[in-house]
Amino acid sequence: MTLAIEMRDITKRFPGVIANSGVNFQVKAGEIHALLGENGAGKSTLMNILYGLYEPDEGTIFINGRKVQIKDPNTAIKHGIGMVHQHFMLVEPFTVMENIMLGAEIANRGVLDFEKARSEVLRISREYGLEVDPEAKIQDISVGMQQRVEILKALYRGADILILDEPTAVLTPNEINDLIKIMRSLTKEGKSIIFITHKLKEIKAACNRVTVIRRGQIIGTLDTGEATIEMLAEMMVGRKVILKVAKKELKPGRSYLEIDNLTVRDNRDLPAVKGVSFQVRSGEIVGIAGVDGNGQTELIEAITGLKKLEQGSIKLMDKEISQLSIRQRYEEGLAHIPEDRHKHGLVLDFDIAENMVLQNFYQKPFSKGQFLNYNEIADYAERLVANYDVRTPNIKVEAKKLSGGNQQKVIVAREIERRPSVIVAAQPTRGLDVGAIEFVHRRLVEQRDAGDAVLLVSLELDEVLSLSDRILVMYGGNIVGELSSAAADEQKIGILMAGGQVSEKGMM
Amino acid sequence: MTASKRYKEFLHQAWLSIRLPLTAIFFGLIVGALAMMWVGIQDGLSLSQILNLPLTAYRTLFNSVFGSFYGFGESLVFLVPLILTGLSITFAFRCGMFNVGAEGQYIVGLFSAAYVGFTFNGLPAWLQMITAIIAAAVGGGLWAAIVGWLKAKRGVHEVITTIMLNYIALHIYNFLVGSKEWFKADKFQGSHAINPAIKIPQIGLFSPSRAHWGIILALLAAIIVYIILWRTKTGFEVRAVGNSNEAARYAGISVAKNYIKAMLISGILAGLAGGIHLLGTQARAASMSAFTGFGADGIAIALIGQNHPLGVVLAAFLFAVMKRGAPLMQAQAGIAKEVVAIVQASIIFFVAADQMVKWIYKRRKKQVKEVASNE
Ligand SMILES: Nc1ncnc2c1ncn2[C@@H]1O[C@H](COP(=O)(O)OP(=O)(O)OP(=O)(O)O)[C@@H](O)[C@H]1O
Ligand SMILES: [Mg+2]
Repeated sequence: MTLAIEMRDITKRFPGVIANSGVNFQVKAGEIHALLGENGAGKSTLMNILYGLYEPDEGTIFINGRKVQIKDPNTAIKHGIGMVHQHFMLVEPFTVMENIMLGAEIANRGVLDFEKARSEVLRISREYGLEVDPEAKIQDISVGMQQRVEILKALYRGADILILDEPTAVLTPNEINDLIKIMRSLTKEGKSIIFITHKLKEIKAACNRVTVIRRGQIIGTLDTGEATIEMLAEMMVGRKVILKVAKKELKPGRSYLEIDNLTVRDNRDLPAVKGVSFQVRSGEIVGIAGVDGNGQTELIEAITGLKKLEQGSIKLMDKEISQLSIRQRYEEGLAHIPEDRHKHGLVLDFDIAENMVLQNFYQKPFSKGQFLNYNEIADYAERLVANYDVRTPNIKVEAKKLSGGNQQKVIVAREIERRPSVIVAAQPTRGLDVGAIEFVHRRLVEQRDAGDAVLLVSLELDEVLSLSDRILVMYGGNIVGELSSAAADEQKIGILMAGGQVSEKGMM
Repeated sequence: MTASKRYKEFLHQAWLSIRLPLTAIFFGLIVGALAMMWVGIQDGLSLSQILNLPLTAYRTLFNSVFGSFYGFGESLVFLVPLILTGLSITFAFRCGMFNVGAEGQYIVGLFSAAYVGFTFNGLPAWLQMITAIIAAAVGGGLWAAIVGWLKAKRGVHEVITTIMLNYIALHIYNFLVGSKEWFKADKFQGSHAINPAIKIPQIGLFSPSRAHWGIILALLAAIIVYIILWRTKTGFEVRAVGNSNEAARYAGISVAKNYIKAMLISGILAGLAGGIHLLGTQARAASMSAFTGFGADGIAIALIGQNHPLGVVLAAFLFAVMKRGAPLMQAQAGIAKEVVAIVQASIIFFVAADQMVKWIYKRRKKQVKEVASNE
C-alpha cells in the first residue's frame, strides 16, 4: 500500500519550546488517520508544517513517495493538501461562494466566472453530501455550516489529502455524525484524511488508525480496532485518567442567580430568548442542553452583559444586575467563560500575564492609583499558570502563540480565580484534552462544593449529564424541560432537544 | 534571568525592531540615488558628473545637519513638532484609530496658544507662557475628542471626521487671523504679535539657529506616552481596545470611553505640537496658505516608528533631517526639488510598505459590532 504522506524526523523549535522533536508520521492513501495528543503536544504545529505554514528546522516530507519541499500553502495545495484550521479563516461579510472562490478565482478574460465556479462547487457538494447555501453570508450561518465551507474550499482547490484540525470541537452531536459521514464518502473516493480530535469516541467511531503524540514526540501508531479508550487516554497523558468526576452530595443553598421572564433578540433582531425563567442556587450546577442556535448564546450574553435584554430581570444574589455595566456585573461576583475564546476570551496580542488580569487589572493589588503593579501581576500569573498547568515557556508569551487548549486553560484559570459566586460557563472544555477536561470539571465541581452557583452551557451531552445537578433543555428560545440529574439520560434530553415531549414522570 | 542575559535580550529585541527601518532607509537612499542619476542622464551630464550627483547630494544632506551646530539646531526646530504629531498618531493608533486629524489639532493648538499669547498680557510672563501651552493642549485635545465622541456614540469613522475637521480648522484659523474685525495685525499676514517675553527660550549652543528648549518638552512627552501606554490602567484599556474591542468589551472595558479618551490624548499631543512650535519659533500666528504637513508627516513617523515612542523619536529625527536638508540639496547640490521629494518619498515608502501591509491585515480582522451599546 502506498503512503500518501510520510513525514520523517521532523523537528520544530519555537523560542523556549520544542513543538515537534524527531517526529515520524505516516498516512496511508484512503485512510482516516487520527492524530491525538494533549493540549500543546504539537499536533497543530506538525500539520502547519505539512501545510507549509511553518518550515521545519529538520526533517523531510514525502508525498505519494516523492520527496517534496513545502515552503508555503500554495505549494501544499499544488501537492493536493488541503487544511481546515482549528480556528476558521473565512471572511465573515462574504458569501459562501465568494469565500470558496477567494484565492482560486476562475476568471474569464479578467472577469470572475461565477457561473462556472458555482456549478463546480455544487458538483463537489453533491458528490460528497456537503450541502450548503452558496448565497448565504458566512456571518449568518452556523459553525457547522462554516466548517463545510472550509472543507469545500479545500476540495475546490483539488485536495486529495485533507487535514482537519479539531473539526468537531465546535460541532453539535448531529453535525459530528454528518461530518463523519462526509469523511467516509471522501475516503471512498480515495482521499486521505488526517483528523485531529480530543474526543476518543470519535476516533473509535471514524478512524482507521491513530497516532499519539506527547510533548512533541510520537508515542505510537495503532489500528483503532485494537485500541481501547482507556488505552488511548493513558498513552496520551502518560497516566490513568478518571473520566467521571466525583461530586459531593447536593446541598443547595439560597438562589444566587435568578432569571425572570427574560427576552432577548439576536443579531438579526429576531426574538431568540422568549421569556425564560429559572434559577441557579448556591452549591449547584445547572446545565443547559440544546441544539446550537436555540437561544443559549443570547441567554448567556444577556446574563453576562454582552447583549442588551429586551425585558425581564436578572438577579445575582438578590441584586438586579440587568442594567449594570459588564464591569459592575463582574464586581458583583459574576464570572464568564465565553463561548468564543478568540473573539471574547482573550486579547490575542496581550501576553499571558496581561490576559490573566483582563478584568481586574484596575483593582488592588494589581494596580495602585493609575499605575499597574507588574510584579504583582506577574506573580499572580505565574501562580495561575502553574496551578492550571498552562503549557508555556513563560508568562510573557503572547496569548496567540499558545496552543488552542492552553488558551482555554488561561481563561478558565482567570475566571475561577477571580473568586466569583456565580460562574457562567459556555463550552468550558471546548478543545481541551481528556486530562485537561478532567481538571476543569474537577475545578467547576470544587467551586460548586464551595457554594458557588454554576450555569453550564454545553453542546456536549456527556458533559452536561456528568456535571449538572439539574438540566434545563432549551428549544426555540424557550426552556422546554427540566430534569434532575438522576432522571436525565441522553435519550430523554435528545427528545426534548428536538422539540418533543417527555412523559411527566421524568420531569421535576 | 540574570542581568547580563536580560541586557543581551534587550539588545537583541532592539536590533530586531530597528533592523527593518534601517534596511528600508538604505534602500530608500539607493532608489533616491538612482532617481538623481536618471535625471542626470536626461540632462546630458558626463558619466563622472552623474556618478557624483548622489554623492554630493547625500554629503550635503549629511552636512546640513551634522556639519555645524547651527545646522543641527535648525533640524531640532522641525524635530519638536514632528515628535509630537508622531506621538499623537501613535496614541490613537494604539486604541485602534487612525487619526488623520493631527493637522487640524495642530492648527487649533497653535491658535489657542497664540490667543493666550496676545491677549492675556497682564499676566506674569511665566504664567502666561504656561497658560499658552496648556491652552494649546486643551484646544487640540477637545478638537480631537469630538472625533472620538462621534465614533463612540454614532459610529462615524474617524478618518472621515478628522479630514473634515482639518479643513474646518484651517479655514476658521485663516479667517480669525486674517480679518481685521478679529485678530489680524495691521501690517502683517497674521495675528497680533504674541508677547515676546513668553517665547520659549532658545538653546545658546546652537545659536544663531532657532533651536529652542521645547525639545525637552517633546522628549518628555515621549516618555510620558510610554508610561501611559505600558504602565497605567488607562494604557492597559487603550491597548486592549486597540487590539480587540470585542475582547475588551467582554473584559468590562468601555470601548466608547476609551475611544474618546484616546482621541483626547492624541489631540493634546498634536495641539502641543502647534503651541510649542509657535512659542518657540514664531512671532505671531501667521496665516497659512496650506496645511503645514506636520500632521501628515506624523502618520508616516508613527508607521516607521512602529507606534512606539522611542521609534517615533528616531523616525521624527529622520524626517527632521530631510526637512532641514532638502532645501540645501536643492540650493547647494543642484538637485531639483522634485527629485529631493522622490528621495524622501522612497525612504518613507520602503519603511512604510511593510508596516502598512501588517496594519491593514490586522484591521481587516476586526469588525466593530455593537460598539455604541452596552456601556
Ligand atoms: N507561533 C508560535 N510561537 C511560539 N510558540 C508556539 C507557536 N505555535 C505553537 N507554539 C508552541 O508550540 C507548542 C505546540 O503547539 P500546538 O499548537 O502544535 O499544540 P496542539 O497539539 O495543537 O495543542 P491543542 O490541542 O491545544 O490545540 C505549544 O507549546 C505552543 O505554545
Ligand atoms: Mg492545536
